[in-house]
Amino acid sequence: MRKSLRLLFFCGIFLYLYVPIAILIINAFNLNRYGLRWDGFTLKWFTAMAANPGLMEATRHSLTIAICAASAATAIGCLAAIGFTRYRFVGRRILQGTLMTLMMAPDIILAISLLVLFVGIGIALGFWSLLLSHITFCLPFTVMTVTARLQGFDRFLLDAARDLGASEGQLLRRVVLPLLRPALLSSWLLSFTLSLDDVIVSSFVTGPSYDVLPLKIFSMVKVGVKPEVNALATLMVALSLVLVVISQLLVKERDKNGKNK
Amino acid sequence: MTGKRRLHQQISAHNPGKIAVSDSVLSIRGLSKAFGGLKVLTDISLEVSQGEFITLLGPSGCGKTTLLRLVAGFEKPDRGSVYLDGVDISSLPPEKRQVNTVFQSYALFPHMTVAANVAFGLELKGFRGRELNDRVNQALDQVRMRELADRYPGRLSGGQQQRVAIARAVVNTPRVLLLDEPLSALDARLRRDMQIELKRLQRELGIAFILVTHDQDEALSMSDRVVVMQDSRIAQIGTPREVYEDPANLYVARFIGDINLFPGTVIGRNGKNELQVQIFDRRVLARSDKALQPGQLVQLLLRPEDLRLTEDAAEKVPFFWGSIMERSYRGSTLDTTIHLDAGPVVRACEFFDEDDPDFDYRVGERVKVSWVQGWEVVLPDEDPTH
Repeated sequence: MRKSLRLLFFCGIFLYLYVPIAILIINAFNLNRYGLRWDGFTLKWFTAMAANPGLMEATRHSLTIAICAASAATAIGCLAAIGFTRYRFVGRRILQGTLMTLMMAPDIILAISLLVLFVGIGIALGFWSLLLSHITFCLPFTVMTVTARLQGFDRFLLDAARDLGASEGQLLRRVVLPLLRPALLSSWLLSFTLSLDDVIVSSFVTGPSYDVLPLKIFSMVKVGVKPEVNALATLMVALSLVLVVISQLLVKERDKNGKNK
Repeated sequence: MTGKRRLHQQISAHNPGKIAVSDSVLSIRGLSKAFGGLKVLTDISLEVSQGEFITLLGPSGCGKTTLLRLVAGFEKPDRGSVYLDGVDISSLPPEKRQVNTVFQSYALFPHMTVAANVAFGLELKGFRGRELNDRVNQALDQVRMRELADRYPGRLSGGQQQRVAIARAVVNTPRVLLLDEPLSALDARLRRDMQIELKRLQRELGIAFILVTHDQDEALSMSDRVVVMQDSRIAQIGTPREVYEDPANLYVARFIGDINLFPGTVIGRNGKNELQVQIFDRRVLARSDKALQPGQLVQLLLRPEDLRLTEDAAEKVPFFWGSIMERSYRGSTLDTTIHLDAGPVVRACEFFDEDDPDFDYRVGERVKVSWVQGWEVVLPDEDPTH
């Protein structure tokens, strides 16, 4: 009795989480345009998607922004985390606090303030305003991830490296960065995802010249869900699945190498 | 019974703890350091000679680890200098000093194999190929870790990590090897094995070792000289026998080994090396060449193994009456706690010998506590409330 209840609960949760995605994927292959019933298997929505220049352009834009923002946020976040952990300087706590605030603040607030800022200093709304905004909201997450990893280290590792003759550059290249690799990767993946599916901030800070995917989809579904969108969403689910598997494999590899107790 | 002989007459003749400056590798002169107004080191001076094994001994917070970090270059002194082979290295960063450290936590690089950890320092110095390999293998052989060269540190036991940490440091052929409580994380048996191992390694390498510890057994058994530290200062520098048998003050006496204290007053001096001291109701003769004035409060120090329990003390031998509170058999020795009639509780430790009638005492039995004359140490009483 108890066992079957537990199984039921377990299944319920999984259904709740994955049924919507499953329906979306099924409809991507459904001949029926409105997904009301199963009319047979087709790949025509994928071809329709590829033939839609606006959608493809928005996808390209989104991936470009996501890759650039994730890379920049990871690089800046890594250096910031090293600075926060290694040095004690005036304003360190305030700086850390403001990063936290940035993470907690509602996106809409961030979006409006960024818009006001860009208009105020005369940055045209488009690629650059979008990239800067995405770096901004990804940064707290990368700093947090890298800081957590840094704090897990034996703090004498850096001393040991210097003791053995490492200069600052060698210390970073041969000890700190290799040890941070898993954290850097997860920061990058996290930022990539955050950037890719952001709607609120992007809708404020981009202009008509630079349409991104979430906004494009949003405008397309205003008049009913188009099956091309289902096809595109299916591809994105597949992509995120691949990313998750990669990151899990990386974590496993790190454990195999044996973290210091 | 112990065959030891008191040293302190011999010692004073050759000026303890002083080494000719000519063979000195490391010279620490007048070092002081404070952290946020708190004095951690005050005017520390120490000469370390080639191939010497030095222990910095003291309780936690006495500044011994800070002293090590100043020598390694992780901290900068407020005052004073550190010389290596006669060159002032006080302002050099750690990577430019020919000194290596074995850290308490070992601090092995978790993302590198044992061999890569050991090779790290040599690679930075430009060693490549065969020579690098040979040197790494030689160092791993010295600590008997060659078979585990391809393991990652996370897969090693504490003792094995310790060996790798030592190999990683000595492979760079430092002038001085610094060891920060290297054995504190190991269990008692392994610690004893590693003590012997370290001693052997040090003899083979001929490098000066400076080891920080709060374990007095470790300090006595391993060192050529012990530096006893007390509240940011050096309390005494001497060979293990000197610090144990002729402690410079009550702090050192209490910190190293067990000690029995008999409070007394100086009555007068008989010649150069003998004092008359009033202890409780008795007047005893004690060897001492220290400048102590009649009337001065002193403590007579006797180690547990110096005390004798007897019923028939000869006339000339000093003794005190007491009753036995506790006896514990420890295999090779028999420890006794005695409550003296005059007040204090003292501890005696005798080698066990089942034929000796003295070993038949029961708890509560009355005994005379005496000692071999000349084995006592007289020190001025630092705390007059005793």
